[in-house]
Amino acid sequence: MAVNTTGRPNDDGSGAGDDRQVLVTAGGGDQAPARGSGSAGASPGRDTTQGRRTTPWLFLLIPLGFLIVFTYIPVGNMVWYSVTSWDGRDPVKEFVGLDNYVQIFTRPELFEVFFVSLYYVGGSFVQMALALYFATVLSFKTRFRNFFKGVIFFPYLLNGVAIGLVFLYFFRPGGTLDAVLALVGVQEPPQWLGDPSMVNYSLAATSVWRFMGLNFVLFLGAIQSIPSELYEAADIDGANSWDKFRYIILPGIRQILGLSFILAISGALSVFEIPYIMTGGANGSETFVIQTVNTAFKFSKVGLASAMAVVLLIIVLVFTWIQRKLFADDKVDLV
Amino acid sequence: MTSTTATVRERARTGSSSTHIARTLKYLSLVLACAVAILPLITVFMAALKDTREFATTGPLDPPGNWFNVDNFVTAFTRGNMIQGFVNTTIILVVSVTGAILIGTMAAYAIDRFDFRGRKLILVGFLLATLVPGVTTQVATFQIIDALGLFNTRWAAIALFMGTDIVAIYIFLQFMKSIPRSLDEAAMIDGANRLTIYRRIILPLLKPAIATVVIIKGIAVYNEFYIPFLYMPSSELGVISTSLFRFKGPFGAQWEVIAAGAIVVIVPTLVIFIFLQRYIYNGFTSGATK
Repeated sequence: MAVNTTGRPNDDGSGAGDDRQVLVTAGGGDQAPARGSGSAGASPGRDTTQGRRTTPWLFLLIPLGFLIVFTYIPVGNMVWYSVTSWDGRDPVKEFVGLDNYVQIFTRPELFEVFFVSLYYVGGSFVQMALALYFATVLSFKTRFRNFFKGVIFFPYLLNGVAIGLVFLYFFRPGGTLDAVLALVGVQEPPQWLGDPSMVNYSLAATSVWRFMGLNFVLFLGAIQSIPSELYEAADIDGANSWDKFRYIILPGIRQILGLSFILAISGALSVFEIPYIMTGGANGSETFVIQTVNTAFKFSKVGLASAMAVVLLIIVLVFTWIQRKLFADDKVDLV
Repeated sequence: MTSTTATVRERARTGSSSTHIARTLKYLSLVLACAVAILPLITVFMAALKDTREFATTGPLDPPGNWFNVDNFVTAFTRGNMIQGFVNTTIILVVSVTGAILIGTMAAYAIDRFDFRGRKLILVGFLLATLVPGVTTQVATFQIIDALGLFNTRWAAIALFMGTDIVAIYIFLQFMKSIPRSLDEAAMIDGANRLTIYRRIILPLLKPAIATVVIIKGIAVYNEFYIPFLYMPSSELGVISTSLFRFKGPFGAQWEVIAAGAIVVIVPTLVIFIFLQRYIYNGFTSGATK
């Protein structure tokens, strides 16, 4: 009686243990045999207390070195630069207090770029809605399921520069989009990238095209890990598709929704590649990161640029903190 | 029991016509999504096969006259520095992915298999670093790369790709939990030291996790634009992203050559995707939920 209408063959469940999957055997053969557990003469297999203390640090030496040099020192330096008027070359860094921060929030041309982010924030909501829709649809029995899944996901894997050029061609006057619109009778399409009132919509749409596939696959994976008995029980109770979506799927993927939400927000705030490659920030499409990069490397105002980067970092951290509070992580615990 | 069956049947009957419409709409939306995903790529592919005159006189939706015209691809490779780009990308990719795997597995091994003072602090140190968006710190990272004398060398990209990959450490940490400690202990009784255990037991057993990291990291490095653009401005050091980006200048008016360049960059991704689909899906699912 309980017909399995879900038909979820769980095709990409755990390929992890598959033995065909030998892609790389990272042979760490080039290291000197550093003896962690010294202690000759002690009973074999027993570390001395001293060996036990130093061995983990020998393994951590390189990873920690990289972590500190390329993450923590830059963050520390950035905070220090942000209270100076340094130009990136001068041996003397002049302390200017909070002046750079005051500038960011008082000079309109500096904070205006935040409004550009709103287009991408809007785009990321569209992106998540589309991803959720297609993930839900494809979690039920569908013909050519894997084909649809592959095509929807594929754009996410593509090189950002290639995507930028593809969409320059797509949006250019007389390009792909105009040709398609001409087929349905639109004679005078707008200047998709040339018109300041259009450009951010076009770029945000490109961004949605690029990143929707990731959200889609994450949602699909989460939906498929919901036990199928739940759907069977719902079928017996006569639930329709909407009920299943509302009462089984949505609560089941709450966690990943929260994570995607924060990724979308911080992604929208730090948009760089697509607008930089396609318009270079022209026509009012300059984003906060483009401006930061230009301030630092084009106009040599490292101090001001650092302050901008610190502001962005704080905003991202605040959003992440809110997300952790709202969607408390009960599943992942590495400690 | 009977009443439940009756309800189900009733629903099935009344729902049949609306189910039909829903099914049609579902497939329609899927086909539309595919069209939106594929159309921009197909038209670029067709543009890459047209010669200059043909490109100027035909529309983007018109198929090329000769589907085997490779002239633009030849131009992209010879004058567009794409061969150099692939060589540089390959070198950077192989070295940095290998390095990231060694670093990630070593860190995970130390954190998961040892009890030592400061272990928790180190774990938090790695965790906090995932929250820092790399793009924000470049202003200051630049000074470090410069001070280390790595600016405008391949090592700049290699060091940054190797050293800032914390997600890989998490994938390894999670996977390592599933490797029983009794294996380590048995080897220790046989007299193996910690490095031997890491090399002979842990690394081989981590293969599936390594495959995941190779895929995620490999795709990320292949696609990275910002780091090579910022740290390796000289044109002999162009990777595929930056070489392709430079097409915008000299080939600015020659869309058919730009299109060919874009296709040249896209094809390897397509091939990899077709052959490694399920591992790619798995990789991104486990990578993001870290």
